[in-house]
Amino acid sequence: MNTTVVAQLQRQFQDYIVSLYQQGFLDNQFSELRKLQDEGTPDFVAEVVSLFFDDCSKLINTMSASLERPDNVDFKQVDSGVHQLKGSSSSVGAQRVKNVCISFKECCHVQNREGCLRCLQQVDYEYKMLKTKLQDLFNLEQQILQAGGTIPQVDIN
Amino acid sequence: MVMETESKFHVLAVDDSLFDRKMIERLLQKSSCQVTTVDSGSKALEFLGLRVDDNNPNALSTSPQIHQEVEINLIITDYCMPGMTGYDLLKKVKESAALRSIPVVIMSSENVPARISRCLEEGAEEFFLKPVKLADLTKLKPHMMKTKLKNESEKPVAIEEIVVSKPEIEKEEASSVIEILPLHQELEPMLSSNKRKAMEEVISTDRSRPKYNDITTSV
Repeated sequence: MNTTVVAQLQRQFQDYIVSLYQQGFLDNQFSELRKLQDEGTPDFVAEVVSLFFDDCSKLINTMSASLERPDNVDFKQVDSGVHQLKGSSSSVGAQRVKNVCISFKECCHVQNREGCLRCLQQVDYEYKMLKTKLQDLFNLEQQILQAGGTIPQVDIN
Repeated sequence: MVMETESKFHVLAVDDSLFDRKMIERLLQKSSCQVTTVDSGSKALEFLGLRVDDNNPNALSTSPQIHQEVEINLIITDYCMPGMTGYDLLKKVKESAALRSIPVVIMSSENVPARISRCLEEGAEEFFLKPVKLADLTKLKPHMMKTKLKNESEKPVAIEEIVVSKPEIEKEEASSVIEILPLHQELEPMLSSNKRKAMEEVISTDRSRPKYNDITTSV
């Protein structure tokens, strides 16, 4: 094991994850999620995150369909979709996605179709952005493990 | 306390969301519990050995053999579910003589005080706001320990629980509180596990009526 390489990768990992918290992509709930992962379940976070992104994609599609015709918007359906998305983004620690969902819910309540469409676009953007960021994070983890190192515990305060 | 796998607490988790089921399952496993997950209230009741008659939804029959094979120490359920809500499930469990001793915990992503007090009044031990954290689950142990103790001894633990929870009930409930206490006071000296079950059936029907009337109007 090349300890310099491992140390460098670990440093990179640490800096990257801290930046994700600082930029508001992730909140404390993500660290709660990491606590649930252990040697017995090394892929837990990746699996849950993947489930979340699948949900995002599915829900965005159904909500988009519900919002399509200006004269016939099923706001109840849209609200139900936002509710689910808000719940899962909250559980995963996807702070930016969750925040958009809060505004999105408001737009549903007042039946503002234009507002809903804007929020939908934003949710789509945010989840895809987070997906890319987390993919980079998981790649770093893999590199550390392959180099024989361990993933650093990162404490966010 | 006990480290063998067979003595782990067994929790039944109910949630219609696959994502949430995965989360609660991992949380519970991490807290050293054995977990069974189901995606609806009706499936939960089936698992617990209750058969719900579709023609007469108020009639519940018990299959004692099924229930005894699977000992559940706690039910944790989401509040918002299609069909049978977590609150409906809670009611059904508390109405059943065979199941009412199982502690029930409700989870919800929404912080609605009226909802929370309604669930606690109906007999829920705890109400967790989602996202549920590992630290929240440490609150479950005392409730699960009570069921283990109840099964093993003749201690009047159930009675203490009911009396202690009274202060949480709001002022409108005051009249029903007065009605309930004397019944339980009579019960204490008579307690043995055989007699208790029979008495509990009597109590559950008596105490359910005044409570439900008051609760439905205030919600």
